[in-house]
Amino acid sequence: MLIKFISCAGESLKVKSIGKVNIIGSGLAGLSAAISLAENGIPVNLLSVQGSGRAQSNLAEGGINAALDVMGEDDTVNEHFEDTMKSGCYLADPEMVRGLTYTAPEIVRQLDIAGVPFNRRDGHIIQRNFGGQKKKRTAFAKSSTGKMIMTALTDAARRYEAQGLIIRFPQHVFVSADIKDGACSGLRAYDIFRRKGLHLYGPVIMACGGMSGMFAGHTTGAAVNTGLAAAELFCSGAELGNMELIQYHPTTFRIDDKRLLVSEAARGEGGRLFFDDNGKRNYFMEEKFGERGNLMPRDVVSREMERCGRQIFLDMSSVGNDIWENNLSDMREEIIHYSRLDPAKEPIPVSPGIHYFMGGILTDISHRTNIKGLFAAGECACAYHGANRLGGNSLLGALYGGHIAALSVYDDIKKYGTEVAGIADDEEMGYDITESDDEKRSGKELCETVLKGMGILRNEEGIKASLDEVKELRIKAVSKRIERKALLMEAMLLSALNRKESRGAHVRTDYPETLDEYRKISVAEYKDGDIRISLRDI
Amino acid sequence: MKKILCIKRQENSESRPYREEYEIDPGDSNVTIAAALRLLSEENRIYAERDIPYRALVWECSCLQRKCGACAMVVDNVPCLACDRRVGDSRGERIVIEPLRKFPLICDLMVDRSIMDEMLYEHEVWLKGRAKEKNDDIAFEASKCIKCGLCLEICPNWHLEGSFGGMAAMTSFARLMAKEPEEQLRERASHYKTAVYNGCGKSLACRDICPASVDIEKLLVKSNAAAIWKRRM
Ligand SMILES: Cc1cc2nc3c(=O)[nH]c(=O)nc-3n(C[C@H](O)[C@H](O)[C@H](O)COP(=O)(O)OP(=O)(O)OC[C@H]3O[C@@H](n4cnc5c(N)ncnc54)[C@H](O)[C@@H]3O)c2cc1C
Ligand code: SF4
Ligand code: FES
Repeated sequence: MLIKFISCAGESLKVKSIGKVNIIGSGLAGLSAAISLAENGIPVNLLSVQGSGRAQSNLAEGGINAALDVMGEDDTVNEHFEDTMKSGCYLADPEMVRGLTYTAPEIVRQLDIAGVPFNRRDGHIIQRNFGGQKKKRTAFAKSSTGKMIMTALTDAARRYEAQGLIIRFPQHVFVSADIKDGACSGLRAYDIFRRKGLHLYGPVIMACGGMSGMFAGHTTGAAVNTGLAAAELFCSGAELGNMELIQYHPTTFRIDDKRLLVSEAARGEGGRLFFDDNGKRNYFMEEKFGERGNLMPRDVVSREMERCGRQIFLDMSSVGNDIWENNLSDMREEIIHYSRLDPAKEPIPVSPGIHYFMGGILTDISHRTNIKGLFAAGECACAYHGANRLGGNSLLGALYGGHIAALSVYDDIKKYGTEVAGIADDEEMGYDITESDDEKRSGKELCETVLKGMGILRNEEGIKASLDEVKELRIKAVSKRIERKALLMEAMLLSALNRKESRGAHVRTDYPETLDEYRKISVAEYKDGDIRISLRDI
Repeated sequence: MKKILCIKRQENSESRPYREEYEIDPGDSNVTIAAALRLLSEENRIYAERDIPYRALVWECSCLQRKCGACAMVVDNVPCLACDRRVGDSRGERIVIEPLRKFPLICDLMVDRSIMDEMLYEHEVWLKGRAKEKNDDIAFEASKCIKCGLCLEICPNWHLEGSFGGMAAMTSFARLMAKEPEEQLRERASHYKTAVYNGCGKSLACRDICPASVDIEKLLVKSNAAAIWKRRM
């Protein structure tokens, strides 16, 4: 039963009803959760800073993994499982990864049914090579896979919007959750257009993406994913997991204050990395790892590039015209537009850039957090990717995770029912979405400080130095937002300090070995004004 | 290389608009307008009307690489994406920046483009049935649309209150007509007629402005053929 939206809808807010479940973020994870709940007849509120069309999921290029076994290589879901575990350096929960990889073929089939224009041959979806996987397992739509999937799912969600089962609150920023005695009963958000607050009751699924916005100028991701929602929840008692694990994508280049991704598809389709050695090209990845060297997992490639200590180039001269035309035309056009170099004709200079956050809000296999009634899915959650995410697994993780989170909420509702489904009210919140100059400056300073200690290669001295500086910046924080941001960054640095080993994206020059005793999740908790880091069994 | 950004400011749709100027030195003419806007602060404000205190600029961006449509605005009278247009594209020293003019103003350079979604919602733009495993090229081309609204801004026939959804709506219809079962076409065609066909004067002002390089003409021809002349896509 829908509860009418009685108390507050202003003129401009065309809300006819109110949902029983709240989802923060309308990227792939949020859409997947919303559609799954709506399909089960549960009305949801779908809140996001910007509409689905603007979410980072639209930027995804190279593709989505699933062992469809269509390339004549005898691929199996078990090999997908094993590659994911191995690439994640065995830091992910095998049961969760099994769920993800075994469901992947069905997910891609469902996307096909929803009209995603995957590249095909003779009517059948084709797949390409991606890093860290021996078989062609990545389904793609040229180099715009994310955009194609998002368009199809945004269309699919519209049907439920018409039925009043998905109620959109675009231009709403998450402010805080109602958390008391370890349980979440709702949230407060701020309506950017109306400049008013909104209070919603019911369980909350966080699907607010990664933390790119905190590292402006250094990441390939969307500026709108500020990580502030995760920071706020952390300060309200939600546990964060593996915050030290940040993926640097090997092939990016700087454009203004962001890094542009050159998709892994470039190497999947034949691109090779080299540096100039006195006029001779040194294809260092092939030298060290053999024929498939360029397609080693991202952590390995980025680390090797960093160790080279010179400008690395991507050579795509061996890519044939038909591949450029059918599989990579959009990527080529983008590179030419922003770098003025044509990758089909000349090598392009690349360097590693922050691309993905394996860590985030810690969840269990059913996407529940340590707070009852609070769930997390997609890039904001610490879930499937262990110490290093496989390319093509995060679109999959967002779709699958959103779905599982929805099923868990559905189970809870069936078991316990819901109290008042939800009310909303107009609140003068005194919130300002636009950062002040001081906040902008502090944010930048925090980012630069953290990155000094949390680059691709790390050591105790560097991490500690960053930590001291971040603490100082926190004490001087010009706003609550900056204070929260600083606390989240401290949690990252403390987790990095505590993991005295090298694993996946976490490379400690002072602790180069991978140690069995550290095959555990780094858990960060905020209690009584202190951050505590511990290691928890997987 | 010095440039002056002359920005139209307005606190809300009811308040009085005013102009504010910032001096920037982007160093490189390839720097995008979006990057320049992200650098603005009180320090480089050089002109403000009397009694107007400094307030950080309100505008939207997300991807900074022409893939989300958030940063659409008008620069030197040209509707464009701020992350596409570069400071060097303006010949003179002054660059005039204004919000899109045809959408309701929220604040400064932020406008309300929700009409684009509402139009699709009213016309039941969702797939009704299993997608066909063909016409991927058309579906791909149509799905490239980032709903930036630039084509609507420039179209002589589109206005906020009208029933014409412009090319932003056409692309969504085109994706469905390419992918959905034939039996859906009749119902779809009647919506298409109202939302697209009847309103389009074929001025094709939109053709060259699309920042996502959507082949608008091709999609329009194919969609018209399918919806009006009942030809298969
Ligand atoms: C350039 C690029 C290429 C990529 N290519 C691939 C690829 O080929 N394959 C692959 O598998 N993965 C790829 N990825 C990764 C993948 O795109 C993302 O990890 C994934 O899309 C995340 O989806 P999501 O739903 O979790 O988050 P997002 O799509 O980022 O959505 C987050 C949502 O949360 C909202 N939000 C954020 N903060 C708040 C807040 N405080 N309050 C309210 N709402 C908020 C946003 O508005 C948005 O709606 C790529 C990433 C990038 C950057
Ligand atoms: S068709 Fe092009 S100009 Fe029009 S909304 Fe879509 S992307 Fe923007
Ligand atoms: S910021 Fe995404 S299109 Fe400009």
